[in-house]
Amino acid sequence: MTGKNAENTNREYLEYVSSVCPKTNEVKTLFHAFWVGGLICLLGQAVRYIFIYVFGLYGDTLAGATSIVMIFLGSFLTGLGVYDKIGKYAGGGSIVPITGFANSVVSPAMEFKSEGFIYGLAAKMFVIAGPIIVFGVIGSVGVGLIYYIKGLFL
Amino acid sequence: MIKNPYKTVFFENSPSVISTYSIVGEKEANGNLGKHFDQTLSDDRFGETTYEKAECKMLSAAVKGAIKKAGYNEKEMDLFVGGDLLNQIISASFTARDFEIPFLGLYNACSTIVESVIVASMAISGGFAENAVVGTVSHFSTAERQYRYPLELGSVRPPQSQWTVTGAGSFVLSGVDKGYPSVTSATIGKVVDYGVTDVNNMGAAMAPSCASTLVRHLKGTGTRPEDYDLILTGDLGALGSKIFDKLVKDDGFDVSLNHVDCGDIIYDTVESEFQGGSGAGCGAVVFASYVYPLLKEKKINKILFLATGALLSTVSSGQGESIPGITHAVCLENL
Amino acid sequence: MTDILLGFLKAFLVGGAICTIAQLLINKTKLTSGKILVYFLLAGLFLQAFGLYEHLVDFAGAGATVPISGFGYLLAEGAIKGAQSGLFGAITGGLASASAGVTSAIVFGYIFALIFKTHSKK
Repeated sequence: MTGKNAENTNREYLEYVSSVCPKTNEVKTLFHAFWVGGLICLLGQAVRYIFIYVFGLYGDTLAGATSIVMIFLGSFLTGLGVYDKIGKYAGGGSIVPITGFANSVVSPAMEFKSEGFIYGLAAKMFVIAGPIIVFGVIGSVGVGLIYYIKGLFL
Repeated sequence: MIKNPYKTVFFENSPSVISTYSIVGEKEANGNLGKHFDQTLSDDRFGETTYEKAECKMLSAAVKGAIKKAGYNEKEMDLFVGGDLLNQIISASFTARDFEIPFLGLYNACSTIVESVIVASMAISGGFAENAVVGTVSHFSTAERQYRYPLELGSVRPPQSQWTVTGAGSFVLSGVDKGYPSVTSATIGKVVDYGVTDVNNMGAAMAPSCASTLVRHLKGTGTRPEDYDLILTGDLGALGSKIFDKLVKDDGFDVSLNHVDCGDIIYDTVESEFQGGSGAGCGAVVFASYVYPLLKEKKINKILFLATGALLSTVSSGQGESIPGITHAVCLENL
Repeated sequence: MTDILLGFLKAFLVGGAICTIAQLLINKTKLTSGKILVYFLLAGLFLQAFGLYEHLVDFAGAGATVPISGFGYLLAEGAIKGAQSGLFGAITGGLASASAGVTSAIVFGYIFALIFKTHSKK
């Protein structure tokens, strides 16, 4: 007998539980996410300006170089054990920037290092970030094919 | 053998709890009960290379400590009963590897400590063992990795969540030594599931089973909540305790005056623990460090210890299953 | 100079706003971080499939490219460009333009995971 669909799911109880369950402080969390997320992007913008005005980069190279620097920062802060503290404070503000993507790659890799460098570190590296690559690649192939077919007829 | 419809177990030759030992991490040592613990770690790795090895070493140290405090040696122990939260209960099994004691490994999540006491008491009371040692352990860092996320992932902890206690507790039970607090009765829990699916809300998942076992025990023994100096629950946390008190009240009993939850009191709660502690080590270390000495010094004389457990795994929650709860109860008293 | 300052301000506001939407989703739906990342990636990808996200990038710079939706934008944009050169480009263009991000995540991830140990959390 499972609880999920069966009649032993006690609706009255679940309603009571959600009525006493503490609520997340909405305004506070949104504000934290806004300023930390904004600050990370501002930092990205600074990196971008340096690449534009000092190294004269533009287009795809500029975008790529900026992501490399941001991913480096995210990975490094994760290694130092700082990024999860930022995450606790900022929530979405540090999850959504590409530094958060780096964090989701490095953190399981560090965690599972104890099970070896191949099946531990390398294999578990993408337990959280894997879906991002999978959906990103499938999505981009879909978009590419649509534009290719569109190009054949137009 | 006394048969009753509530399936309460009465120990005619009540085994005594003759010693306890607790060992905790730094965070627990800085909590409300810090000064009561036998041993505290300054390093969560306990000098080992992995947290799993540290967890095992903690249980091993607790078992050794309890046997030593009882004035016995390993060879005089007839049975070691224990468990932990990790897959295939590796911490308890690997601890047992260090000892020459017959071992029964148990898993009922965080209620394993009382489950172990019940099994050991049955063995002693039934004449199958003279002395037995029980022990459970949990570790924040190993539990996080198994049940939640990597430690370094910047994830958000919702306000209804609890914090897994890094700690190991062990007790020695004896059928021959008298004059100590005795295990007089017990009620083995039934699995209760009210359909809670939020893996961060263990308190709500376990509270119905806790209320059910409490009511069965009270009816089975013909006692009232006020007959106990203390009704100690394992790791319902602050929110789970509130729900538990309400459910018990709905059944016509009032525990608001003498109910204390181990998870609720272990930390000097700040935001990161939200509802308090949880884990197989939570009830074990609170009982071993704080409650047992009160019993032994006869400051309190009769307690009901209800250890709560949430029987989920990452597979079951991944498949959208709700979280079944279980609670075992033992009554300890000075005879 | 004012252009640069304005660029910083726009990056801060747009980036902050995207993160605030994510936080709103976390608060309302209990979504975990992995799912949030996937949804935002797909959002950026779809918006660019209709040629929309590039306007946000032109406006806010890093405010639009640093969030993971900017990664989705890169994937879509690469695929669209690739499609102009034929079927092969349509299939490989997305990952090719996102290759800097993926490669650096793997390389830095491996190196830092080798160097650092997890820390005890309190």
